[in-house]
Amino acid sequence: MRRLEFMGQVFHRSTNTIARVSIYGAVFLIAALGWAVYELSASPYVTDVNVAKDQPVPFSHKHHAGELGLDCRYCHTSVETSPSAGMPPTQTCMTCHSQIWVKSPMLEPVRSSYRDDKSIQWVRVNAVPDFVYFNHSIHVNKGVGCTTCHGPVADMPLTWRANTLQMSWCLDCHRNPEKYVRPRSEVFNPHYAEPANQLEIGLELVKKYKIQSLTNCSTCHR
Amino acid sequence: MGSAQNPPVIEPGYTYASVTDKISSIVLRRGTPRGWYFGFAIAFALLMLLTYAVLWLFAIGVGVWGVNVPVGWGFDIVNFVWWIGIGHAGTLISAILLLLRQRWRTSINRFAEAMTLFAVACAGMFPLLHMGRAWLAYWLLPYPNTMGLWPQFRSPLVWDVFAVSTYATVSLLFWFVGLIPDLATLRDRAKKRAAKVIYGFLAMGWRGSAVHWHRYEMASLLLAGLATPLVISVHTVVSFDFAVSVIPGWHTTIFPPYFVAGAIYSGFAMVMTLAIPIRKFYGLEDFITMRHLENMAKVMLATGLIVAYGYMMETFGAFYSGNGYEKFMILNRWGGPYALFYWVLIACNIVIPQFMWFKKVRTNVAVLFAISLVVNIGMWLERFIIVVTSLHRDFLPSSWGMYTPTKYDWATYVGTIGLFLTLLFLFIRFLPIISISEMRGLVPSTPEEKKR
Repeated sequence: MRRLEFMGQVFHRSTNTIARVSIYGAVFLIAALGWAVYELSASPYVTDVNVAKDQPVPFSHKHHAGELGLDCRYCHTSVETSPSAGMPPTQTCMTCHSQIWVKSPMLEPVRSSYRDDKSIQWVRVNAVPDFVYFNHSIHVNKGVGCTTCHGPVADMPLTWRANTLQMSWCLDCHRNPEKYVRPRSEVFNPHYAEPANQLEIGLELVKKYKIQSLTNCSTCHR
Repeated sequence: MGSAQNPPVIEPGYTYASVTDKISSIVLRRGTPRGWYFGFAIAFALLMLLTYAVLWLFAIGVGVWGVNVPVGWGFDIVNFVWWIGIGHAGTLISAILLLLRQRWRTSINRFAEAMTLFAVACAGMFPLLHMGRAWLAYWLLPYPNTMGLWPQFRSPLVWDVFAVSTYATVSLLFWFVGLIPDLATLRDRAKKRAAKVIYGFLAMGWRGSAVHWHRYEMASLLLAGLATPLVISVHTVVSFDFAVSVIPGWHTTIFPPYFVAGAIYSGFAMVMTLAIPIRKFYGLEDFITMRHLENMAKVMLATGLIVAYGYMMETFGAFYSGNGYEKFMILNRWGGPYALFYWVLIACNIVIPQFMWFKKVRTNVAVLFAISLVVNIGMWLERFIIVVTSLHRDFLPSSWGMYTPTKYDWATYVGTIGLFLTLLFLFIRFLPIISISEMRGLVPSTPEEKKR
């Protein structure tokens, strides 16, 4: 009776191999999972970066700001004085489009908006969460160019988000503003190219504009 | 073997086979005793109460608790410190007493380690619940993230995360490594196929060869070496949560040693509270002998005196500091709104345990059980007094307040006792509560063996 207990292995020989492989495998599996989560959180699926959004009217920044050379502030009027850069009312569009392309079917939503006095429902491209305090005017006045955050807007047929707007991205500049600031005169230049000696110029501008490296929690989370 | 003047750590008349039979039969017996079902049902009901309290907390927020300005640390922190303290005896018994070759530890180390794990599981819940948004608990860990932030490494709260999680990991490894030979014994003795497979899986192919034993001994020693500093460090870091702040009554250098002693004190009290009913219920008086209980009583007496010294130094420091807030804190403990709790705590932790000086008390199981319960209560009150009395009288009298726990505070507290007991009942039912392989080492050499 007692000998019976020792007869017959509970597990097949292959279990030894499976056990070894699964222990090492688990390490790689966990590492791979971590990597996958990281890749996912950095992907356009989560961040919306480089995803051009369909709009009620296919407005092209490339045409208006790039080719025609309209100043950013022609439409985004409050960018220098208020937290919000401001979205233009239909009237701003109609300053030109009451004269040119007046029959274009593409612009019918603009005309009907003007006729019916109803705002065009643009699809928002850049937004920070509600728990973040963000003010355009201070950035613009301290030498942060439009394209620093919004990317090559003058080359965007339909507008897309150029940066993640995640906190680490904000902090990249807040910790080292000299990496990104430009002369105030170049803030609204959509074709501005970063000079080779950016750090040198940047440090000078930081001093000149009295730019503080604000990384307190309450700077943005008020 | 043990020295001649000490009473034996295992009653005479046992052989390797009878030790194995006796311990493994608790797990492998047919049918489960009715008493087990009864106890498990109560524990499980309390666990469901915990589930309810925690879900309600998640749904509504920490407002369901009694914490508010100025007492922002309530039952959550009191219970955290209490549970983590209880979780200290296991590692002390298994690691330090192993290194010191105290062989009497053998019969109590297994369930003391299990108790440690379950206590740490209960303790670990509280900081997460305390944060309010427990689903963001992974923010406590340093990992590359889209916020570009790291935890504040200068904060003792972050040290706590590492201290407790390291402690939990090492304790789990220690416990599991120690279980492996016994799991193999259960695998070999189990009659049912499912039991063979499960115990066999957990035994990780243990065959008891000389190489296996060599590695086992080596791993145990290494883990013991790793765990020994943890016994000291974990509660030291927990005490830093308080001592690094500037709150009157918390900002003292006596805190780390006094917390560690208190932790071992309460840990041994809990081992005693559990060991006495278990040995009675499963008839293990031959393995957990009076010598064990007496030794534990002595450890409690010693650590209790260190705790008493801590209370004394706290009082002395408050007056010696010349700091008005510190003095007020002590006077407020003695005669303030929570004075009753303070004096009950002094009675529980300092006065009543002094009876253990008498051998008659140390060898009376019922009285020891009562004292261990009293110490458990006393150590809980100690944390309550530390947390609440210092906070409820803020520096500005306009910010003074009172702390009253709500029914959700109580439900969470009682619920974690349910979690603890549920895990303990499952452990008693499915794993050997005493190390079979180590107990076999205590069996005196038999005539048969000598012949070989």
